Amino acid sequence: MRFYEYEAKDLFRRHGLPLGKSQTIDRPEEARSAFAALGGGPVVLKSQVLSGGRMKAGAVRFADDAAAAEAAATAIFPIRVNGQECRSILVEEKTKVAKEYFVAITWDGRAKRPVCVFSDMGGIDIEEVALTHPDHVSKTHFSTIVPLMPHVAKQAVAATGVTGSDLNKLAPIVFELMKIFLAYDLTLAEINPLAKLADGRFVVLDGHIDMEAEARGQHKKLLTELGIGDDETRQARPPTAFELAGARVNAADHRGVAGNVVEFDGNLGLVIGAGGGSLTLFDAVRKHGGKPANYCEIGGNPSMSKAKELTKLILSKPGVEKIAVMMNVVSNTRVDIVARGVIKGCLEAGKDPAETIAIFRIPGAWEEEGFKILKKYGVDFCDRSVSMHDAAGRAVAKLRR
Amino acid sequence: MPGTFIDVRVDASVARDPEIAKKLEEICPVSIFEATPGGVRIVESNLDECVLCDLCLPAAPEGKIQIVKLYE
Repeated sequence: MRFYEYEAKDLFRRHGLPLGKSQTIDRPEEARSAFAALGGGPVVLKSQVLSGGRMKAGAVRFADDAAAAEAAATAIFPIRVNGQECRSILVEEKTKVAKEYFVAITWDGRAKRPVCVFSDMGGIDIEEVALTHPDHVSKTHFSTIVPLMPHVAKQAVAATGVTGSDLNKLAPIVFELMKIFLAYDLTLAEINPLAKLADGRFVVLDGHIDMEAEARGQHKKLLTELGIGDDETRQARPPTAFELAGARVNAADHRGVAGNVVEFDGNLGLVIGAGGGSLTLFDAVRKHGGKPANYCEIGGNPSMSKAKELTKLILSKPGVEKIAVMMNVVSNTRVDIVARGVIKGCLEAGKDPAETIAIFRIPGAWEEEGFKILKKYGVDFCDRSVSMHDAAGRAVAKLRR
Repeated sequence: MPGTFIDVRVDASVARDPEIAKKLEEICPVSIFEATPGGVRIVESNLDECVLCDLCLPAAPEGKIQIVKLYE
């Protein structure tokens, strides 16, 4: 769940990170008063969108006087950046930058720990810096269990060769960003660029925050204070009607999960899940050359009706020829209840379960009962002796026939 | 009318007993039974939600409640 830049900066400000003076405007004519309020010096006007590429799209402009600021705002508001409308414009005082740094805290799935990525070559694409100047990029892992200590941040900065006064000024900023990352269940906390000004001060020029969507409830107070509504998904693109319908299926029944539906344009509908199974199975289908019609996550023992409604939704999608019902080995999710749900979903959609369900591979709790149901309806199923990868292959093969 | 997978039958000799109806309504985790002034009513739309917990069986005299798996 992404934050707009002005929201990220609001969060940074609450934690004492150094920021320049700024004001958010909702209409072009407000640019004049914002210009005056910021001291009447040169300003930068930045479109507030949840996407990169603002500069390239012309949605970041500079102005030296009030009239130019209004003209820039008038030009920026209609610009769509990667399909996204401008929500508002952040007007900031323009600063004289001596050097730019990069710092991001994110989650390293392989190391299963947060990692701080720091570079003394900020303002540009960090992947490119990592390739061309690896000695200017440090990666420092830290724990989510052991209390975070300031020396970890200092090591991250010093590893790129930064010393002296700059090191002493940068380390507390990096340390605070690490704390913000942990405190708010973020998946990304980034400052780029973190600028050293001509007078030696450091200022956050741009920031990115991504919060784990599941953590929204935990941080409701903050989100309310920032003005982020419950209805705002804050994904990289607006949800489709199909995805919204999937969210309604999940919300309609408290039992289990049948959600996180994402729309794709393939012909194989997926009812998948369990302990990371969704991603694995989605990838397996693609690896076999299959074209998923959707992604979703089921688990936590959804009710029969929840599995049924998800199945009906997926089958209602134009272009879906068959569905594959596949999960990792389940412990609390009942195989027989999911089997009932998907079969009933097929029947209510006017389809023959035997023809429609390309494969049913859910081993685990109550599987013998589930297999009896599948046999009765002639559905092709397999147990845990068939890997998720092979089950996905069988489903894809059926669509090729 | 039975569900697609499950049918629950209540013997006529206990179906009008308000006490048993109340017990059945309370005990079923998926709300298959509804206690009405005339006795127990089966909520047909919930039949296929039955999780086969058998909690309803001891709520009535032995043999008076029957859970039928229609797929067997």
